[in-house]
Amino acid sequence: MRPRNIGDVILDVKNISLSFGGVKALQNISFDVKEHEVRAIIGPNGAGKSSMLNCINGVYHPQEGEIVYQGEVRRDMDTHHAAESGIGRTFQNLALFKGMSVLDNIMTGRNLKMKTGILAQALHLGPARAEELREREFVEHVIDFLEIQAYRKTPVGRMPYGLQKRVDLGRALAAQPKVLLLDEPMAGMNMEEKQDMCRFVLDINDEFGTTIVLIEHDMGVVMDISDRVVVLDYGRKIGDGTPEVVRNDPEVIKAYLGVGH
Amino acid sequence: MATKKNGPVIALGVVLGIGFVAPLLAGQPLGFFLEVTLGGLMAGVLYSLVALGFVLIFKASGVFNFAQGAMVLFAALALARLAEWLPGWVGIPAGLPALALAFVLATGIMIVLAMLIERIVLRPLVAQDPVALLMATLGVTFFLDGFGQTIWGSDVYKIDMGISKDPTIILESMFQGGILISKEDLVATVIAAVLVLGLAIFFQKTATGRALRAVADDHQAAQSIGIPLNRIWVIVWAVAGFVALVAGMVWGAKLGVQFSLAQLALKALPVVILGGFTSIPGAILGGLIIGVGEKISEVFLGPVLIKAFDLAGGGIENWFAYVLALLFLMVRPEGLFGEKHIDRV
Amino acid sequence: MFYRENGQFKSTYREDQQILGIRQDRWFIFGLIAFALLVVPYWGSDYMFRAILIPFLIVSLAAIGLNLLVGYCGQISLGHAAFMAIGAYAAYNIVVHFPGLNFIVVLVLAGLVSALVGILFGLPSLQIKGLYLGVATLAAQFFVDWVFARVKWFTNYSSSGGVSTAPVEMFGWTIDTPMEKYVFILVVVMVFTLMAKNLVRGHIGRSWMAMRDMDVAAEVIGIRPMYAKLTAFAVSAFYAGVAGAMWGFLHLGSWEPAAFSINFSLNLLFMIIIGGMGSILGSFIGAAFIVLLPLALSQALPLLNNLGLKVDTAMASHLEFMIFGALIVFFLIVEPLGIARLWAVAKEKLRLWPFPH
Repeated sequence: MRPRNIGDVILDVKNISLSFGGVKALQNISFDVKEHEVRAIIGPNGAGKSSMLNCINGVYHPQEGEIVYQGEVRRDMDTHHAAESGIGRTFQNLALFKGMSVLDNIMTGRNLKMKTGILAQALHLGPARAEELREREFVEHVIDFLEIQAYRKTPVGRMPYGLQKRVDLGRALAAQPKVLLLDEPMAGMNMEEKQDMCRFVLDINDEFGTTIVLIEHDMGVVMDISDRVVVLDYGRKIGDGTPEVVRNDPEVIKAYLGVGH
Repeated sequence: MATKKNGPVIALGVVLGIGFVAPLLAGQPLGFFLEVTLGGLMAGVLYSLVALGFVLIFKASGVFNFAQGAMVLFAALALARLAEWLPGWVGIPAGLPALALAFVLATGIMIVLAMLIERIVLRPLVAQDPVALLMATLGVTFFLDGFGQTIWGSDVYKIDMGISKDPTIILESMFQGGILISKEDLVATVIAAVLVLGLAIFFQKTATGRALRAVADDHQAAQSIGIPLNRIWVIVWAVAGFVALVAGMVWGAKLGVQFSLAQLALKALPVVILGGFTSIPGAILGGLIIGVGEKISEVFLGPVLIKAFDLAGGGIENWFAYVLALLFLMVRPEGLFGEKHIDRV
Repeated sequence: MFYRENGQFKSTYREDQQILGIRQDRWFIFGLIAFALLVVPYWGSDYMFRAILIPFLIVSLAAIGLNLLVGYCGQISLGHAAFMAIGAYAAYNIVVHFPGLNFIVVLVLAGLVSALVGILFGLPSLQIKGLYLGVATLAAQFFVDWVFARVKWFTNYSSSGGVSTAPVEMFGWTIDTPMEKYVFILVVVMVFTLMAKNLVRGHIGRSWMAMRDMDVAAEVIGIRPMYAKLTAFAVSAFYAGVAGAMWGFLHLGSWEPAAFSINFSLNLLFMIIIGGMGSILGSFIGAAFIVLLPLALSQALPLLNNLGLKVDTAMASHLEFMIFGALIVFFLIVEPLGIARLWAVAKEKLRLWPFPH
């Protein structure tokens, strides 16, 4: 077991309900995330896992409930504010910038830190140039960390799927997030790719102390790397606790195995 | 997301309503006001006809067909020129018989055109993003404009439906001088109504119509139960071509067949914005709103603006429809009857 | 064979980030600039300046502007000539009210006015996208057309509705010969091209492309859609405004409101589709194409007539429409990124030729 250094609650989700038209995507969901932990959200397809992440970083706006992040209480997270206050995010279906190279994708993830004005950039003045070089250097660290140096200038669309997932992760990492929301980072990967991705996730958690909220279908992975697990089913929370507790919860087993249907 | 925000739409509706009756409040005679309103409704019917073509294609294939106007021009040119040439070719009497035969031939031409567009343009571009498809129809627009004028000629041509141009005066007993209505406009309205009715029956009662609606609802689902998507597209484009032909005929009869028809048909864009891209009733209502709004603002608001801002003439109708659509986009992008989409990530 | 980067190593990020990374490219571009600035002015004829080079350079600038918006930021505009009109009329009014003002200042001011209006008409883009935005920009086109045709103040109460300009002046230099106009425009276009290139390789450009490629993801990583879209509209309209002012003052001299009609807008759009969306070079290629094709067709007329085909000028213009339309469809199907992309692919091959592996 890795040495853990779990801190206080950094993100507290309280009684969140979200619906689209008549469809209730989330009903009265509450859970918390502690600093530096790896927190997994699991559940069958359509359970509302992605919707939950979308509420946390402000893509969707829940009708009820509140989200407390770093002591700040709000219902409606605004996406920009979420990003600025250190919530990073990857996507279930790759949402990379297809027309851009790997380097540019990750550089774009760094955009929040870049402040020079439009005129300075147009004229390529000293500060704009210096900023570009400084941030490029940081981004190169991210590229090294994810071991994708050889693809720096490749258009992301031309890369293999597993590596595109890494670029997605890199783009989120470039902003140095405090909390990283990972939406099925290992979906569609083979065993080796999954192992690589697990290693990256754990390294991020260890080396940078980043808090990780992770959606994953592979139970083996979830049980191995997460500290605590939330289980959703049809928009409701049916389980919460350490992997062992969740694994033995009769209701969770029922939802997964379909007993009684 | 659960509740539709109707407030701004109602507010805009109220403003439009007040604008509509403002001329009366300002002391304009009721008879003249009604005359202008009726004129607007008739123009609106024509916009609706073109908008109908847009909606059909958008529903079935998700293509925003910028070329609908070019199709109107092309069809009208074909109709006018064939009606002119046929008597010389086959000895059919000029006038209505020639026009009728020309109409049949032009329908055939529009069907062939639909097949060509589907084969050459749409099929290779299937599943492209909507903006690329829009641009492709821009290309089709330019091609059709050039091609149509190359084979049919580029002067101003007449379509003679045998209706007298003299206006009829109605309601003489109620208003001094009565209300002027042109017979052409009345005929146009009747034709449009028949067309809409025919389309409604086609969509509701025939197997093809049901297949079309299935495709409009869900492309993949329709395909998976064995509806041939390509054939449906051909049919829809052919129907849209036929609608364009009818629109071209009544419009051409009124204004003469000329290049400006294609640009006039661009007015159908704001109409579909107003009505919603996927709604046939929306296209009709949107057309009427814009037709009336345009005429009322041109006739009554125009002189006020000219005086207030010392303008060199009116012409508000050139932009009224677009600016109204723009306002509408801000308060309800999905239109009056359109469907709202939710982005998923 | 000569197109090689053997021995050209990049040891700093700065070297890696320069615009023309390959030495041969640099030589070529510098050579081209030297040729255009030093040789062409002495060698070109008035016809060449007036009918080809001046319109080519100005519409290239407008096409770059449109490309920044459509090709880089993914926001469609069907009414970009309206911004050219705003630039032209703004410049006209500035000159009327402040005669003798340095023309460079006039250009910049005209661009700024156009940028402001661009932001205004860009506001709908915050709510709507794609097709809907297309209609919104058409609204801009028709409204602006109407304003300049009807509101007399903008045309300084000229009786005909058209306006005419005197030769422009700066630093005591009066630009009146076609050759001088050409040189001035060339310099302006070069400066603005460099600025556009700088913008698209910086973080503003990346935020534009991010909006284009995946707007939800862009928001999630902290890009403000409002800032990204409105800066794109502003910069794009600025370019169009400057181009419009030069089109009015240096190319047309006097013009009617119809000079910046919807057809001009659509032509600009064709330039970037054919030349290449999201490519500065493509803007130039597309502009060259659209300027040259009508000329080539009119040159070819006698030839066609000699062959027994009866083609008159009206027919030639219809033919032009057909060729444009067919080419647009062709490029959208075969190479959506236009000629610039074909060029890039060819270059990529050339870099490796004759040993492609």
